[in-house]
Amino acid sequence: MTAALRFDPIRLPPVCEELRKEVRAFLAEEIAAGTFDPNKPQREDSDAPEFSRRVGERGWLGMTWPKKYGGHERTFLERYVVTEEMRIANAPTRRFFVADRQSGPVLLKYAPEHIKMDILPRICRGELCFAIGMSEPNSGSDLFAAKTKATKTDGGYLINGSKIWTTSAHIADYMIAIFRTSPPTKENRRHGLTQFLVNMKSPGIKVNPIAQITGQYEFNEVVFTDVFVPDDHLLGEVDGAWKQATSELAYERSGPERFLETYYVLTELVRALGSDPDTRGAEGIGRLVAQLHTMRRMSVSVAGMLQAGKEPVVEASIVKDIGTIWEQQLPHRVRELAAFVDGEASNHATLDELTAFATKLAPKLTIQGGTTEVLRGIIARGLGLR
Amino acid sequence: MTETDNIVVETAEKIFADLADPQTINADKAETWKAPLWQALSESGLPLSWVPEEFGGSGASLAEGFGVLNAAGRAGLAVPLAETMLAGWLLAQGKIAAPEGAMTIAPAHPKDRLTLDADGKLSGRARSVPFAQDAQHVAVLAQSAAGAKIALVPASACRIDRGLGLGGDASDVVTFDKVAPITTAPAPQGLDQTSLMLMGAVARSLQIAGALETLLDRSVTYANERVAFEKKIGKFQAVQHNLAKLAGETSAALAAATSAADAISSAEGFDDAVFLEASAAKIRCAEAAEKGAAIAHQVHGAIGFTREHILHRFSLRALAWRDDFGNESHWAVELGRKVAARGADDLWPLVASR
Repeated sequence: MTAALRFDPIRLPPVCEELRKEVRAFLAEEIAAGTFDPNKPQREDSDAPEFSRRVGERGWLGMTWPKKYGGHERTFLERYVVTEEMRIANAPTRRFFVADRQSGPVLLKYAPEHIKMDILPRICRGELCFAIGMSEPNSGSDLFAAKTKATKTDGGYLINGSKIWTTSAHIADYMIAIFRTSPPTKENRRHGLTQFLVNMKSPGIKVNPIAQITGQYEFNEVVFTDVFVPDDHLLGEVDGAWKQATSELAYERSGPERFLETYYVLTELVRALGSDPDTRGAEGIGRLVAQLHTMRRMSVSVAGMLQAGKEPVVEASIVKDIGTIWEQQLPHRVRELAAFVDGEASNHATLDELTAFATKLAPKLTIQGGTTEVLRGIIARGLGLR
Repeated sequence: MTETDNIVVETAEKIFADLADPQTINADKAETWKAPLWQALSESGLPLSWVPEEFGGSGASLAEGFGVLNAAGRAGLAVPLAETMLAGWLLAQGKIAAPEGAMTIAPAHPKDRLTLDADGKLSGRARSVPFAQDAQHVAVLAQSAAGAKIALVPASACRIDRGLGLGGDASDVVTFDKVAPITTAPAPQGLDQTSLMLMGAVARSLQIAGALETLLDRSVTYANERVAFEKKIGKFQAVQHNLAKLAGETSAALAAATSAADAISSAEGFDDAVFLEASAAKIRCAEAAEKGAAIAHQVHGAIGFTREHILHRFSLRALAWRDDFGNESHWAVELGRKVAARGADDLWPLVASR
């Protein structure tokens, strides 16, 4: 085969099923205590800091990391279960999710020992929020075009420029960002970017909110004016961040959060159609469930590859490509099938409200974590076409 | 289950490569290549993979057999291997020894019903029965007053109205007009017509996934060879994105089909989990066949539309296999009803149970 694609049918081991029960019980308690409403994905996460700490107390942050950094040395498959149960319940994970999924693994790989000892245990306790600084005004998905500069100075670097679409920058304690340390070379357009850990409390950082069409507030523009970053906050290789950033993205692309962001409209549709839907309604549900089941089996399979120490870059990109297209189309399919919902359905209003919200959210889904076009380029490279 | 460490699948792949390779098929317009292929398959014991040794088969595991069917799909195989395997499996469920030669299975359509009367005669009509005209025997699942029955029937005792499926393989109407079976046996507890359809659906899912693997492979190879507008067409971004989509559909089909095969292979019977996995696999593989075959033809352009080119042997079979043992609409309605009956709050627990 030119393209050897394998998605072996990995089954979650019994330890995951036990864990799943624990997570569901925990979330049920939190819902009962009024921490969040699972039927309100459109809310703001005002009460998230305490929730974040309680998740940390349960040992569900930094699950796969070494114990000496506060981690729990559990498997990717166990982490997978926690992630999907949180997502399905619409739990307010915004404060810790990026740190747990991406920033922590980057620090583990590239940060000096004393920084790891300082920061990683606090992530595991749910005390820290991270943002990712990749896109810039006029660069977007084209990371090579990043212009924001890190200029060498005594004992560190001075940052000048701006980042944009930075999720959670307004509540973040730290940002892991790529900055330009030298110009790209003619031979290598990827050259000249370096990854840094930035303390968001540093003087010279200004965070400007960007409102979204959903009415939510997650994105920001972050402006840096002579922001000092010490030498020991440099992560990895000077001018060589491109490889680091792309391997980081592999983690971002295959998880269950990449096809479950609008899942709630499917649940509400099933509820609204009732226990004995007509043929068209039943067929609609059946197709959507078959697609969901298939994506989940692919995603679990990729989690199994990560657990086995592989780097499934192409497979992860395929899961995200199919997954985001699916979660993006889901509100539109649900809208069509809503034609067969009886006017007496008890959740009629909820279904309409959630469908409208998910429809507004949908355009974002094929952009975050790499646009569909970028992902298809990665897949094409994996197929030997580039 | 991985192909590389599976001796049964390796045997199958070797026979397909030697006797059913594209050159052999293209060079033989009369399709006389099928006889030596079937001969070699019979000698290898592959058609009776799912028949225990005590009933005259080779006693391979369900997982190994599904691996063979995936490989058969990759080869676009045009002989009744899957059908004979399924028939042997059904007969073995009734502890009926498998006869020699090619077999097929009836019913192959979920809406057809065959009945075994009190006098022991079979009645009814089964549509789109694959390879019935090439089979010596038909394995039948029939309803009777005493529950489901499995019957072994000589094909010569049935009326067979010949038909041709979309993929160019025989797809016939088999009419049972008071036909006397060679032998009958009660079906074991839990094996009903839905179970038979699920088993056939998973077999076809693996074949579709295999055909898509080859469609992807050949399309990528072609895109890297064919030059147009002074470039290899694989260098055009629009073509690359189409092939990335084809890779996605192929991956989805493979993941769904192998997961369903694994579910059946490790389950005790046809429970809710198997129902979810098998019906979902057939739905998703059929959708993948539709999208994937279209892309493969798009990439190949006019040459892929010719009878001489090998492409249609995979694309049309992938499309034809959608219809056997319940098409995607059938299974979507069945799965949707089951999900609805369980209720909205049970949907995620059902999905997450796999």
